[in-house]
This record gives sequence, C-alpha cells and structure tokens, in this order.
Amino acid sequence: MSRLGDLLKSKDDTQPWKGRYAHYDLVKEASIAVGVITLLAILLTVLLSSPDDKPSTIAQWSQQKPADFVTAAVKELDGASGTAEYGPPYNHNSTSVQHFLLLHPQRWLGVSHPIDTEKDFVVGPLETIPNDPALTAALAQYKAAPEKQKKEWAEAYAKPLEETATAEEEKKAPPNTVSESNGTVIVKTSGSAGPVPVMMARLLALAKSGGVDGSLLTSKQFFQTDYTKPLLFMADGGLLAERAEGQHLLGKQWGLMNETGSYPGQPWLWLYALWYQVEPMKSSPNADIQVLLIMSVLSLAFICVPLIPGVRSIPRRIPIYRLIWREHYRSLEAPPETS
Amino acid sequence: MSAPPTPLRPSSWTVRVREAAVEALPPERLLPDGQPTYVASWIYVFGVASIASLIVIVTSGSILALKGPAWWHYTGVGHFFNSIHLWSVELFFFVMVVHLWGKYWMAAWRGGRTRVWVTGAITFLVAVPTALTGYVSQQNFDAQWISTQAKDAMNSVGVGSFFNLTNFGQMYSYHVLLLPVAVIALVIAHVLLVRRHGVVPPFELDAQRVSSRAPAPESPPAPPAPAGGQS
Repeated sequence: MSRLGDLLKSKDDTQPWKGRYAHYDLVKEASIAVGVITLLAILLTVLLSSPDDKPSTIAQWSQQKPADFVTAAVKELDGASGTAEYGPPYNHNSTSVQHFLLLHPQRWLGVSHPIDTEKDFVVGPLETIPNDPALTAALAQYKAAPEKQKKEWAEAYAKPLEETATAEEEKKAPPNTVSESNGTVIVKTSGSAGPVPVMMARLLALAKSGGVDGSLLTSKQFFQTDYTKPLLFMADGGLLAERAEGQHLLGKQWGLMNETGSYPGQPWLWLYALWYQVEPMKSSPNADIQVLLIMSVLSLAFICVPLIPGVRSIPRRIPIYRLIWREHYRSLEAPPETS
Repeated sequence: MSAPPTPLRPSSWTVRVREAAVEALPPERLLPDGQPTYVASWIYVFGVASIASLIVIVTSGSILALKGPAWWHYTGVGHFFNSIHLWSVELFFFVMVVHLWGKYWMAAWRGGRTRVWVTGAITFLVAVPTALTGYVSQQNFDAQWISTQAKDAMNSVGVGSFFNLTNFGQMYSYHVLLLPVAVIALVIAHVLLVRRHGVVPPFELDAQRVSSRAPAPESPPAPPAPAGGQS
C-alpha cells in the first residue's frame, strides 16, 4: 500500500461484539420518538407560532419612499445601479464579479439571466403606458439620443437625488434640490436632464399603481414564477434594506442566521456567518467566494473525518466516551459475579 | 412452515438482487429485537429523534404542498402547519447536530463504519440547502431578503447561473421534491448501513475479557455478527 494509503488507513482494533444483548424494540422506540417530536413541534407552534412579514412590492416602495424609488430608477436608466453594474449572471459588467486567485467561476459560467436595466426596468414598463403624448415624445427623444447624451441627462437628474440621499444617510441637512409634492418628486437639476424628468414622473406614477410590479413579471409565456427582475430592482433601492436592518437581518448583524421577529432562523449557518465577521473576508470585495471556498474545504473535511489523521484520534484521547459508555465500563470494572 | 420455493431460474437478476439483499441485511438484522448492552445512553436517542423530526417535517410539508405555497398566508390552519413545519426543521437540525457530535466522540466510524459517518455528514450538508430553499419559497419578506442577499454567494461561485434563488418556481421545485428526495435517500442509506454494521462498540473493547466474564447471551439471541466489524 502507498504511504498515503497507510496514512489514511486508521489503526482500528475494534472487534465485533461478543457480549450480552438486551431486549430492544426498534419500532416502539421510533414510534415514541415521532410522538414526542410531534408534541414538541405542536407545543412550540402553540407558544411561538411562526413569522410571516408581508412582502414588499414596488408599489409600496414607490408610495412610501418615492425619492428613493426615483433615485434607484434613474440609476437603472443610467446603468449605475447595483444590478446594472453587477456582471454575470445578469450582464457583462464586473462590479460584483468575484474571484479567488485564478478561480473565476462567476465569469466562467457567463450571463444566464440577462437583464438590461435600462430597457427592462425603465423603458420597457414606460412603453406599456398608452395615450400619453408627453411620454411618447420623451421616449422618442431619449431613444434617438446618442449614448453620451443619454448618460449626461440621467446623471444630471441623478446627481441632486444622490446628494440628498447621502446627506440623509449622514444625517446632515440635505440640499434643497429635491422635494416631494402631491406624491411626485421634483428634482432641480443644474444642467439639462432632457426627457428624463418626464420619464421618471411617469414611471413613478406607474409604479404607484402597481404597473411596474406587473410589467417586470411579464415573460414569454402567461404563467411565470421567476421574480428575479422585481427582486433585483427592489434590492437596488433602500426599502428592503431598511426593513431588514430593523429586523436584524443585515450581514453585519449576522443576518444569515436570523429570521424576522425573534425567531431562530437558520442557526446551523453560524460558522458560515462567522467568516463574514472576520478579516480579511469582512472587508474583501471577494468575501462570498472566499467564505464559500473555506466552507467547502471544511465540509469536505467534515465528510472525511474518519480519514483525517489526528482529527479521527481526538475522541480516543479525550475520554468523553467514558461518559457515554459509563454503564458498560462500570460493568467491566465490577468484580465478576460468583455463582 | 414450508421452505421457501427454489428459484425457477437461479441466475436471474431478480434472484441475485434478492439474495444479495438478504445476505447483506437479513430480516433479524434489519429489524433487530436486541441490542448490545453497551447501547445504554441518552445520546442514542438523538439518532432516532432525527428520523422522527424528518417524518414530522415531511408530513407537515406534504400538508402544505397539498394546498399550495400561498395557503398558509391567509388561513389559520395553514399557518399552524407552517409553524409545525418550521419548528420540526429547527428540532431536526438540533437533534441531528447533537447526534453528529455524539457519534464523533464515539468515533463511530470505527470497525469499517466509514460509510455510516460519510452518509450522515452528507445528509447534514444536503439538509442545509433544503432548508435554504424553504426559506426563499415562503413568499414573504424573509424570502425576499434572503433570496436577494444569498444570491451573491451563489453567483460568486457560478452556482447562481443554474440555481437562481430569486426564481420562486425553481426554488419551490428544489424544496418540495429534489432536495427532500436526496435527504430521504441519504437517511435510508445511512440507516441501512447502521443496521448492516451494527452500533459501534466502546473503545478498548477487550473482546476476550468481555466474553469470558459475561454470562451467556440471554433471550433474545444475539443477531448475526455485523459484517465489517473489523477494519
């Protein structure tokens, strides 16, 4: 046998049992266990129930935080949102593309769920609005413009919104360039925003009516179950994160393990969540792939415990087994009965 | 009782499979009515408790599946069964982790039982995405938040291109069919391996000393010696 084989093969003097057997009713024990677990689950249900916080919708988001919605929407138009800059599997950009050394699996697997935020999140929904000459003209002007011009318009509109959002985040007095009136968002731009203000006003109105929720779910077929587009659009805004922070669901709050309310969530992910709290993963742009690779190695080691020298010997060296089999060892140490 | 009939064609595939199955796991070893006397600790309860939790999970999940994924949001009965489902999952992971730690400290892979450990460990690892797909299939805020956050981890290793956490239909299929079938198959394999090899004996078992000191086996008689008892 090779040296590796010798190393992997544990020294094992375990013998088949030749001692006494005791009565044991396997089916009865299993039945009692099912009964006890069922009762425990019912007890926990009666005492604690389960969480069910209603989902957010784009309609709610646009009604509750119209400026935040418009800020996210203009970034989708400009190609500057989290989704627009993400990279595979949504597009060919690179902001959220991660790698580890020479491993680039995200890039290798390519764009499998293509999303063009400009068309899918803004222009497409706007084109579903009928009988609106001002919007039709704005869309025609926007589509006919060169890319550079489109970008200048969108950036001119986005700048005051971003400055306001930053000021609010830093709890400073915001500049008086963004205001809300009668459910609309008025943005004072320093340069020309071209048709963008009209497009954003109509998109906000459509979103409030629920129209954007619907248009982002349309697909090539009638039935559909893929919520990728509306979820990514909402994730680019602030509503989901605001709700999540209030429920202790953010990554820095060990949110991976938590669920809404005071429910235990997925505590078995504690080790996975732990790696995100320590450097270098904590501040790394490649944290996800680093943590997943660490967990893959640890998972493989977990499966291969019987083959890992040292790890497989710990139970023999730390005699917790003396506690588990105390009855057995006591019977061995007792003097033999005399008949 | 009459003797089993002689196979009409001893070389048939069916006969070979049957004979191999009976040789590997004769009925008295598959469903034993006796256990070695060292099997006397509360830690042994957690293995069967894991299976019991899985049964409650599958039962409550099946009731939820019968009525569809939205039912539990608007009926009290549905919410009740969703809660049963949630808490049986929490209990499942708790008792399974205790079971795993117990088996680690017993070094339960000894005596040719490596595959028993491996199937148990893989069961735990497959149960994790089974639960995750359940969380993202809830159709509530938890599902929205978990799917939009966890997608980055999936995408970072390329898995997101074929396992899309924000695709409810795909996640629901994984949660109610593909992953539960994998977990149940692994648990069946794990239990059959346990039955085949028997419960791992204590450390430093001096077989000669024990057999010379212990009285003759009482009723019930000892099951056939587990195969692979020696490495």
